[in-house]
Amino acid sequence: MTLNGWMQIALYGALVLALVKPLGLYMTRVFNGERTLLSPLLAPVERGLYRASGIDSAQEQTWLGYAGAMIVFNLLGFVLLYALLRLQAVLPLNPADQAAVAPDLAFNTATSFVTNTNWQSYGGETTLSYLSQMLGLTHQNFVSAASGIAVAVALIRGFSRASSRTLGSFWVDLTRATLYVLLPACMVLTLVLVSQGMPQTLRPSVEAITLEGARQTIAVGPVASQVAIKMLGTNGGGFFNANAAHPFENPTALSNLLQMVAIFAIGAALTNVFGRMVGDERQGWAILAAMGVLFVAGVAVTYWAEANAHGVLAQLGLTGGNMEGKEVRFGIAASALFAVITTAASCGAVNAMHDSFTALGGLVPLLNMQLGEVIVGGVGAGLYGMLVFVVVAIFVAGLMVGRTPEYLGKKIEAREVKMAMLGILCLPLMMLGFTALATVLPAGLAGPANAGPHGFSEILYAYSSAAANNGSAFGGLTANTPFYNATLAVAMLVGRFFVKIPVLAIAGSLARKPTLPASAGTFPTHGGLFVGLLVGVVLIIGGLTFFPSLALGPLVEHFAGAAGQTFAAGG
Amino acid sequence: MSRQTRSLFSAALLGPALLGSVRKLDPRSLIRNPVLFVVEVVAALTTVLFVRDLIAGGADLAFSGQIILWLWFTLLFANFAEALAEGRGKAQAEALRRTRTEMTAKRLTGRDPGPSGRAYETVPGTSLRVGDVVLVEAGDLIPSDGEVIAGVASVNEAAITGESAPVIRESGGDRSAVTGGTQVLSDEIRVRITAAPGSTFVDRMIALVEGASRQKTPNEIALNILLAGLTLVFVFAVASIPSFASYAGGAIPVILLVALFVTLIPTTIGALLSAIGIAGMDRLVRFNVLAMSGRAVEAAGDVDTLLLDKTGTITLGNRQATEFRPVRGVPELDLADAAQLASLADETPEGRSIVVLAKEAYGLRARDMAGLNATFVPFSAQSRMSGVDLDGSSIRKGAVEAVIASVTGWPAATRGSGAALAYRPAAEPEASGEIRAIAEAIARAGGTPLAVARDGRLLGVVHLKDIVKGGIRERFAELRRMGIRTVMITGDNPVAAAAIAAEAGVDDFLAQATPEDKLALIRGEQAQGKLVAMCGDGTNDAPALAQADVGVAMNTGTVAAREAGNMVDLDSDPTKLIEIVGIGKQLLMTRGALTTFSIANDVAKYFAVLPAMFLTLYPQLQALNVMGLASPQSAILSAVIFNALIIVALIPLALRGVAYRAVGAAALLRRNLLIYGLGGVLAPFAGIKLIDMALTALHLA
Repeated sequence: MTLNGWMQIALYGALVLALVKPLGLYMTRVFNGERTLLSPLLAPVERGLYRASGIDSAQEQTWLGYAGAMIVFNLLGFVLLYALLRLQAVLPLNPADQAAVAPDLAFNTATSFVTNTNWQSYGGETTLSYLSQMLGLTHQNFVSAASGIAVAVALIRGFSRASSRTLGSFWVDLTRATLYVLLPACMVLTLVLVSQGMPQTLRPSVEAITLEGARQTIAVGPVASQVAIKMLGTNGGGFFNANAAHPFENPTALSNLLQMVAIFAIGAALTNVFGRMVGDERQGWAILAAMGVLFVAGVAVTYWAEANAHGVLAQLGLTGGNMEGKEVRFGIAASALFAVITTAASCGAVNAMHDSFTALGGLVPLLNMQLGEVIVGGVGAGLYGMLVFVVVAIFVAGLMVGRTPEYLGKKIEAREVKMAMLGILCLPLMMLGFTALATVLPAGLAGPANAGPHGFSEILYAYSSAAANNGSAFGGLTANTPFYNATLAVAMLVGRFFVKIPVLAIAGSLARKPTLPASAGTFPTHGGLFVGLLVGVVLIIGGLTFFPSLALGPLVEHFAGAAGQTFAAGG
Repeated sequence: MSRQTRSLFSAALLGPALLGSVRKLDPRSLIRNPVLFVVEVVAALTTVLFVRDLIAGGADLAFSGQIILWLWFTLLFANFAEALAEGRGKAQAEALRRTRTEMTAKRLTGRDPGPSGRAYETVPGTSLRVGDVVLVEAGDLIPSDGEVIAGVASVNEAAITGESAPVIRESGGDRSAVTGGTQVLSDEIRVRITAAPGSTFVDRMIALVEGASRQKTPNEIALNILLAGLTLVFVFAVASIPSFASYAGGAIPVILLVALFVTLIPTTIGALLSAIGIAGMDRLVRFNVLAMSGRAVEAAGDVDTLLLDKTGTITLGNRQATEFRPVRGVPELDLADAAQLASLADETPEGRSIVVLAKEAYGLRARDMAGLNATFVPFSAQSRMSGVDLDGSSIRKGAVEAVIASVTGWPAATRGSGAALAYRPAAEPEASGEIRAIAEAIARAGGTPLAVARDGRLLGVVHLKDIVKGGIRERFAELRRMGIRTVMITGDNPVAAAAIAAEAGVDDFLAQATPEDKLALIRGEQAQGKLVAMCGDGTNDAPALAQADVGVAMNTGTVAAREAGNMVDLDSDPTKLIEIVGIGKQLLMTRGALTTFSIANDVAKYFAVLPAMFLTLYPQLQALNVMGLASPQSAILSAVIFNALIIVALIPLALRGVAYRAVGAAALLRRNLLIYGLGGVLAPFAGIKLIDMALTALHLA
């Protein structure tokens, strides 16, 4: 580890923190329907959209109405995207003449983008037409992110409203998240990225003659616009198969830094929106602090693991850390940092090969996802995921102050606990259940590239990534098979909607309750004690479940490596 | 507390509890507890496998036998905790039941239930119906719950309150309710039965202390959901292991999977949850408060606002003289002298307090009334004064306006003539103005003014003051630290109420309160989402008692009040409300603490079981054996044994409850999180290691 490396990490942290308040204030005003800087420009557009789609923006929805709208919207989005992928061969903007996407791959890809996962069983530049990329994927990048933000805002309203039956309008929240937050931010980021040398063109691939005289096809396309939303919307689906490791998708150190900041920007600022809307910004900072503790710990472990050569690597004479699978222009610190960010948030963009990380370095991204990506997390999803853990933490520990547990003046009772447990349960079921299936079925066993514990980690990583809606791949796993396409798609769907719907149920139930004024008997939720409690609950309730699987994957690999033992390929 | 601790494991309770813990293995009763039911299922499953292996011949039978044995012990210990908690109530219920079966009743047969009709028939107490009228004479047991409609009697209520001093029960007023099973000591009363057979107070008490009518409280339901959810999470965690193992080229014996599963699921809190609830009820019963439901006990912990009657709760029942305030020109001694003379024969507490004050402040000794040739003039509602006539002199004390009115008619010539006065009192209109001014000042300070006149001359005012109970201010400060707001309810005027409220340190007060005001206040608080507790005894308290989340009816109160409240205080002590809140909090805290402890335990258990379990697959994972446990078998066995023994170790805590201190939520949480959270993570590391060392020493594994 170097001072330079830590300074890069500190700079990153400072940039994200600096954005929290201004972005939080702006988004709070947007979702409260107040005037913002962009209102003169966007308000007429917004009104026009409502008029065109017949939405009464004043009409609020109950939690069931909100959830229903969200499901219908996502379902239609899925059908549209699936159709687009299947029909791309006959549709325009297909200069490379890409063929129709196979049914299982189209199903997997459509699910992947609708659920904000952006798991890529396909190789972007070799499978998809420009139209599919732009109208299909980029479009879903926006609306799946906006739909996550909308659910988070609805949950915040559950806490901030008292004795209310409604949570706001899904259509309005969706529109505002897209129009006021994602679109302007993406426009700015796109231009900056283009300035760094990222392609943004509709022209076909470039044919080049290499120095050796060979012909090379260099893929280009509307890259910058998609990269902007893939980061800001924590989608992670790359234009190129190599994702952010590709020189066109991440040309410079600055573009790398900006992309990392973009991943956390909205998710971190949403904690501030939460604080502002419930009338106490400290509540938001406490949540962010708990996320921060877990994040810094993760970065420290990964950076330490990658920067030092241990065990078998040291015996092989390696010094200066593990550079395998990392881009030289980013180095170890920025690669380790990127890996932790992208899995802490539900982004899934990668600028290095996670498969090539050391065992412990790879364990952190895996664990980040298994915790449910509550460390800043996907836009919206991170906040509501963390709030689900808050409900559990408050319930368990809140009893210890001798009262029915309360959070922000809302009593946490049987219904909230039930829904929170439902949201927590579905992740281990998907991650462990499908991994268990894949490790015994021949179709599953055909996937991993490596033998032994590392191969196991590859499978576990894939299902963890899918269920947590991350989308990053450990690499090494051959996932474009009917078995993996289907099971991963199910994991993505359950991991997305079986969390979102209970979250909305919690929001609905909380909104109906009166808000109790705080007293000396109320458990304070803005201090270090609460932050510590929350971190403990996330690790024990969210993390311990995965201890056996981690022991059989990265941990055994680490201990074996430390003892200088390797596992034979094949087999 | 020491009494309770000693009786916790008394021999009389242990026997039935041991029997009960075996009987409770019945799956039909265990299914109510998801965690324990799951343990029973896997215990039964492994037992069947064990028997199969025993017949077919298998390896490591001694090891799996021990694991299975400890699984069953885990269940037995859990059942034992519940049986023990129930047992304490059962003993009490048994005594109650005995009194009930022996009772007979003298049912009046005449049309007239009044004093004239004495014809009765003797019937068994259990055959009485609502509306029957019975005669209860000295020495008789009152056959069922009812209301005194005629007569007055002293009643021994020791059977239900444990208090042997007799209490007075009379018709009309707020002391008319009688309870079946109590005994009339003197006189006779006629009682109209108000409870149907099987639903009398004693019946309900029996059901409550036995835990038969115990329903799960809202928090308990929520906690059960959490525990069931966690159990399910660990089903996923453990059920996926066989596949993972087969990938690694091995297999894990079922017994090991079961051991890991049982140690991970929250058996500790699952086992103790119902015992905690029963013990909480029991603690109230020992405190002579009967809660009609567990929900009420839990609500007590959540109370935000406490409504307290001024008289009897905040102040002593009687006012006391604290000061003599003479009008200008009258020495204090003369006023004190006159007031003392007027009060010598006055047996009211106020009168006595005047005599006491005169003696303490001015050294005036009590004089013999007969020697003074004095005649006592008692208080009457018309005159609103009392006093004394002696040697041609007349002294009056009473309501200010009444005394002023009495002196205005006094002939001017004889004014003040009855006694040789060495001073010239102020002219009368001037004096009455001054008296009124003093009286107003006293009233503003929360006191009651009592004017004194002698022979038509106004001498001054006695300040009667509500005496705030000693230590009550500290209690309220404590409540404030708990986050509970106190509201004083009084019939006094707002000025007087404000003064007492300030002196007692309550947060708010409701002056000149009518029953409607009380009800409105409760509804207002509840509309803000607050929980309200109050106590009351009168029939006009009934609506408010019913509306309050915690309504504590005094046992001396009317039937209507007792029906309306969800708790009955057998000692009829309204200050107990504060302790009831503490007991409610203790119940919730104990649940939270043991849940936290139970979940935190899992960290160590993983480190004990996982390396041992995966040894055959990956010996490298021995690095996770941070406790340095002797062998894989001893490691797994130690974890299972720890998991079972911790239940027994925590039974006293579950029954006694986590100590509650009014230090504010933040400090309380820090302390409990440290003890039960951090302690819960660390304790099993030490415990499992110790058991492992013992097992190794005994060559059991």
